[in-house]
Amino acid sequence: MHSIPSVRTYVTIWAILTIMTFVTFYVAQIDLGPWNVVVALIIAFFKMMLVVLFFMNVKADSPLTKLFAGAGFFWLILLVGQTLIDYISRSWMPNGKFW
Amino acid sequence: MADTHAVATEHEHSPHLRHHFDDMAQQFDSATLGMWVFLLTEIMFFGGMFCAYSVYRSMYPEAFASTSQYMNPKFGAFNTAILIVSSLSMALAVRAARLGQRKALQLLLVITMIFGLAFLGVKAFEYHEHWVDMKVPLFAGHWDYSQAPQFARQAQILFCFYFFMTGFHALHMIVGVGLLTTILVMAHKGTFSPEYFTPVEISGLYWHFVDIVWIFLFPLLYLIGHTRQLI
Amino acid sequence: MSTALADPQLTEQPNYLNSEYGWKSWLFTKDHKRIAILYLISITVMFMIGGIFALLIRLELLTPEGDMVNSDTYNKFFTMHGVVMVFFFLIPSIPATLGNFFVPMMIGAKDLAFPRINLLSWYIYIAGAAFALAAIVMGGVDTGWTFYTPFSSTYSNTFVITAAVGVFIAGFSSILTGLNFIVTIHKMRAPGMTWGRLPLFVWANYATSLIQVLGTPVVAITLALVALERAFHIGIFDPAIGGDPILFQHMFWFYSHPAVYIMILPGMGVISELVTCFSRKGIFGYSFIAGSSLGIAIIGFLVWGHHMFVTGMSMYASLYFSFLTMLVAVPSAIKVFNWTATMFRGSISYDTPMLYAFGFIGLFTIGGLTGLFLGTLGIDVHVTDTYFVVAHFHYVMVGGMVLAYMGGVHFWWPKMTGKLYPEGWAKFSALLVFAGFNATFFPQFIAGYLGQPRRYHAYAPEFQVYNVMSTAGATILGLGYLIPLIYLTWSLRYGKPAGNNPWGAKGLEWETTSPPPTYNFEKTPIVTEEAYAYSHQKEIEVG
Repeated sequence: MHSIPSVRTYVTIWAILTIMTFVTFYVAQIDLGPWNVVVALIIAFFKMMLVVLFFMNVKADSPLTKLFAGAGFFWLILLVGQTLIDYISRSWMPNGKFW
Repeated sequence: MADTHAVATEHEHSPHLRHHFDDMAQQFDSATLGMWVFLLTEIMFFGGMFCAYSVYRSMYPEAFASTSQYMNPKFGAFNTAILIVSSLSMALAVRAARLGQRKALQLLLVITMIFGLAFLGVKAFEYHEHWVDMKVPLFAGHWDYSQAPQFARQAQILFCFYFFMTGFHALHMIVGVGLLTTILVMAHKGTFSPEYFTPVEISGLYWHFVDIVWIFLFPLLYLIGHTRQLI
Repeated sequence: MSTALADPQLTEQPNYLNSEYGWKSWLFTKDHKRIAILYLISITVMFMIGGIFALLIRLELLTPEGDMVNSDTYNKFFTMHGVVMVFFFLIPSIPATLGNFFVPMMIGAKDLAFPRINLLSWYIYIAGAAFALAAIVMGGVDTGWTFYTPFSSTYSNTFVITAAVGVFIAGFSSILTGLNFIVTIHKMRAPGMTWGRLPLFVWANYATSLIQVLGTPVVAITLALVALERAFHIGIFDPAIGGDPILFQHMFWFYSHPAVYIMILPGMGVISELVTCFSRKGIFGYSFIAGSSLGIAIIGFLVWGHHMFVTGMSMYASLYFSFLTMLVAVPSAIKVFNWTATMFRGSISYDTPMLYAFGFIGLFTIGGLTGLFLGTLGIDVHVTDTYFVVAHFHYVMVGGMVLAYMGGVHFWWPKMTGKLYPEGWAKFSALLVFAGFNATFFPQFIAGYLGQPRRYHAYAPEFQVYNVMSTAGATILGLGYLIPLIYLTWSLRYGKPAGNNPWGAKGLEWETTSPPPTYNFEKTPIVTEEAYAYSHQKEIEVG
């Protein structure tokens, strides 16, 4: 099996994750309008990548594992994205005309 | 026509080898792939709730923002930090199992469970606060949004999702603690070794996944519209 | 094809059926072959139950007036027919029976990756079926198998939660089967069994498993939300408090459209096996058929909105989904062309499985093409929620999937049981099924186009002639299903011994005894040749 990460690696990742949690918290106190949620999600995505790549060891795993891990996230995007296509575009026809 | 030669099968193998597998490596790889496929299903299960939540949030941004008054982001952030510590201890536990460090493994499993239970404790406290505040629409009559009646109906949707999403998450945490208890017992009996630590590995994957769900739940449920005074 | 065996000793050989006796050896088995038989019996029972509801529907529809039952009861008939057939027959059918039995054998493995999870998936299926049957017995559900809100979440007065829980549970059975197949196919192929040498039946089950794993959880959470809404009287999908019923449909169809590919892909896999064996020819375009299975699995997740064109969904979303619906037909068409090319200049024999395969290719094509009609926005506005839709999906599901299932069962029956069925009766039943099917469902295309709505217990008198033809056809179709039930059961005791390979087919499963031994192969096979390596002569294989 693949190499075993050191305790130091794990603790470093933990520290980054904890710092980013506080960053998320403090950024939420600043008014960025609609960008608040975007920033928060970007930070969350980054935290997820750290957990997946290091704590779950996907970085050292086979391409197959990476494919399955990525597919899960991608399929979620398919679900949310294609559903939102409907809701977002409903207001594009305010007068009932197509163009 | 397939040639039916024998593939050499050793009869000296780990007592943990299940006989439909050729060797421990195949067994380990299958178990971890199986857990990843299961996590895929979990992503889509929680994902359904995230999808519905996203749709309603896009439809009712103000109503959703008004609910931040009743969420305590400090608790949310604290809980996030707790879970991240438990993820660290879990990752270190898997590492200890791999290295055959029995005592460290047991200690780290216990630490993980303690932090997991602490998380659940904070959630229980928060649920109690919501109950006192009359913000639990799941039970008839336990809903009061008189401070901002114009948002009452849509805020109810948010609170439904809050309870469903954190509720299913807490359920998964409880299952996780149960899993880890089983692993702890097995570790205590000396079941694990550098040749066989599969159950620890796949429990670790599960635990980290539950952490990731919370990493997304925290900003989405707790950090909406904190800067705006809507109520 | 003639059989070899006159040697009675061979039927006494140890095999998975006689290795152990007693109910415990069946109910606690870990053998994928026994689990497949457990599933076979269970889904046959559910098929019969679903069929009884179909019979009741067709009886009511003999006359234009709603004179047999009232509309609420009729609503229960078509709901229970749909719920039972979709979730408890079609979804599990081929994967849980033929897939469970043959995927490990086809790849040269001793069992699936997780035998205990396999058994668990059967128990979960039974638990789900118990809930569904409870809902039926207690008084039924009347929401339609699609459980549209807010009727299902707020206004229906029937046992929605019980039925939804049954479907939720059955979904987990499906997920576990899919999980097992994915890991098995990735990790347990015999030496030399590369991806490029896999039988197409395995590719088909693999693609199916991907859909099961990615889609089913979404319908699970959707139905859970409906059940919670009903139980706690809160509103997620209730417009009265700002909920959106269309959101339910988005989430429901996110699974339920790919679900139809869960149902058809394994059937297509069976057809690939049948067409090659009974044309004695290698498959034309192996990589295209394998790739198209994956293509269907993936594109199938991009088209669900075509069930929602008239709901008030945005026009732009409708455009998007309509376009992609056209695209999803392409991989299916590729398969049909490749099967046809396989048969070209082949040495065709007309055994029963091949008759079902012929039926599939023709009827699935018609069903698939009418799907394109429905995917076209302008036409859909006219025919949606009419009998045109009903005819379309029965053409693909019954004319396609059920025929493939029957063909597969007949093809592999000798291997699973060690017995041959009476060919004369089998051919006769296949013809009855084909004739009965078309008589039942073709008139529905016409009635639907002319305007007969679906899910109504009464209709305008001008549609009666089509409905009478349809009911008459249904009787013939029912007979066509009943007769195999009889002769297949009969063959278990009185059928001629089958021998290892009565069809002279290629594939690792044909190299074992019939029935196979518990451990499948004495020694793990080493694979050296491509799939379907038939030569042109008709070979009579002596087992």
